[in-house]
Amino acid sequence: MNTVVSTLSTAHTAKPNIAEQIQARQNGLAPSQLNRQRTPIYGVGLAEGQAPTSLTHPLTWRLYHHDAVLNLADYENLDGFKGLKNALAKTPKEVGEMIKLANVRGRGGAGFNAGLKWTFMTPPDGGVRYLICNADEMEPGTFKDRLLMERIPFQLIEGMLITAYAIGASVGYIFIRGEYILAAQRLQNAIDECLANGLLGDDILDSDFKFELHVHTGAGRYICGEETALINCLEGRRANPRTKPPFPQVSGAWGRPTVVNNVETLNNMPAILLNGVDWYLNLPKAKGKSDTPGTKIMGCSGRVKDAGLWEVPFGYTARELIELAGGMQDGLTLKAWLPGGASTDFLTASDEHLDLVMDFDPVMKAGSRLGTCLMMVVDETQDMVALSRNLQQFFQRESCGFCTPCRDGLPWGVKILDAMQNGQGQAQDIDKLSELTRDLWLGKTFCAHAPGAMEPLMSALKYFRHEFEAKVGVQQVVATPDSSKNVGA
Amino acid sequence: MKIVTDKIPKVDVNAILTPQEIDGIHEYVHHYPQARAAVLDALKLVQKRNGWIDDAQLHAIANLLDIPPSDVEGVATFFNRIYRLPVGRHVILICDSIACYLNGYESLADAFRRELGIDYGQTTADGRFTLLPICCLGNCDKGASVLIDEDTYGPVEPSEVSFLLEQYA
Repeated sequence: MNTVVSTLSTAHTAKPNIAEQIQARQNGLAPSQLNRQRTPIYGVGLAEGQAPTSLTHPLTWRLYHHDAVLNLADYENLDGFKGLKNALAKTPKEVGEMIKLANVRGRGGAGFNAGLKWTFMTPPDGGVRYLICNADEMEPGTFKDRLLMERIPFQLIEGMLITAYAIGASVGYIFIRGEYILAAQRLQNAIDECLANGLLGDDILDSDFKFELHVHTGAGRYICGEETALINCLEGRRANPRTKPPFPQVSGAWGRPTVVNNVETLNNMPAILLNGVDWYLNLPKAKGKSDTPGTKIMGCSGRVKDAGLWEVPFGYTARELIELAGGMQDGLTLKAWLPGGASTDFLTASDEHLDLVMDFDPVMKAGSRLGTCLMMVVDETQDMVALSRNLQQFFQRESCGFCTPCRDGLPWGVKILDAMQNGQGQAQDIDKLSELTRDLWLGKTFCAHAPGAMEPLMSALKYFRHEFEAKVGVQQVVATPDSSKNVGA
Repeated sequence: MKIVTDKIPKVDVNAILTPQEIDGIHEYVHHYPQARAAVLDALKLVQKRNGWIDDAQLHAIANLLDIPPSDVEGVATFFNRIYRLPVGRHVILICDSIACYLNGYESLADAFRRELGIDYGQTTADGRFTLLPICCLGNCDKGASVLIDEDTYGPVEPSEVSFLLEQYA
């Protein structure tokens, strides 16, 4: 099998100016379609002229044929809803078993086996069961679900239908952040077209299966991405997290059994039902470096030449991803990177870190988390204290304020970092920050928001402590740019 | 002065909300097993008229959904994009999260402040623009990004701010 790599970013293209962006918007183009060639490049790893297929690029192959697949006919012409038809020919239990065996690891950040998660639902009691798609993509540095929803909305709907069938859900919600306006519109259009064509509602495809699906939009709070906070918000309450247990699979939306899955996770389902479990399990062998099945939308942003998204197998390394992004911007040297969003720990420009396989377990072993696997690349000119301040400011502003350590602790961290930045820091401030990383760690707070905030801070203190010390007069920073770390340049 | 109570004082909903708004809210209620769940939808729908939610509208929504106004207020004040004070005709949200930070959002924010003569949280004297920060817009490959009303832009250079603002009367 060929190495599975597709890119949805063009190499070294000029970014569109505002006039071009305004023009594109007037032409109905999505932000994710700007700064792109009409047809995405799938050249790397494929023979020349070879088109990506559902076998090689299960999540994005349809975008090779269309800029965006926005009507049912186009989607059906590209094997759309064939996966659903295959699912309906099996029992729900068989479908659930397939997904469990395929070991689809959740793409929202936690990486838990999605099929196994489904099995935690309480047995059917005749009452309603819910499926919620978590589309509240608000983790800084993360922009993958936007692309899937804006450009292939039917694929998410098909993934939800397959999932709903497997878990016995009759009602679903796509909980989408309020800022993804175009994605919400396109999903609603796709839902309307599915309803009109017997793909949603009662007797789907002349079977007994029924499923109603609604788009529910948020109004701008990061905490809504936490599954229990999301459920509170869906019910019309403040989006504070709920205590677990009970887990949503037992008592979720309106106290009923509920499964919450990420957009990208659900986008995996149609191809698995189309091509089978063995195919999915064998995909990683293309690189031979990872045991995690399937492909993942990985990406880069920050100080690289061509920030973008690529559908790749889990065997890819951080170095290879930065190379796909064209390397560092001219004149810049790599200093640090976040593997997958603002709530993951920094890793460094060391060979040990750069050659890490971008997979859940290797990144965890290196002391960070894969998260959403969209790398944020930082260069040597960046001040890690200022960078940490920006990250902490984000988390303190987005704390729901429900539990004291988070509500009070996060602003305290910002205050200390502000003082350091303003030349008013004291030597003991570094110890206070370290203390904070322990006091706001897992188990000390109600949910994972504050511990998530502590991850980048903890790792910044670990790898770049000298910069914090320099701010409080302990020692001077000695710039040591190393051109050998100039990845991909 | 906000008047918020956990009782549901009866107000003349028809005098406060338009028939279209009332119908729209009822339509949303059908999506959920409990009317309360439509509160955020209702707030966003009603906010479209004047750009913000006043006390009368808040009470009317509470009446329609049969929940205490304090609950509606709790939701309204929790979410970044529900406004309980008047805003300009156009709301400019500047992303200040890490990807846009790395791509120079600070100089972009300065350009907006300079051009409009206002700081974050303020509205221009002519009522045209309100300027606010916002968390990650999910447009990280094209930082620095801004959201103006319902339009996402990125990357935006400080030199382009003036031209961009001209598009919004």
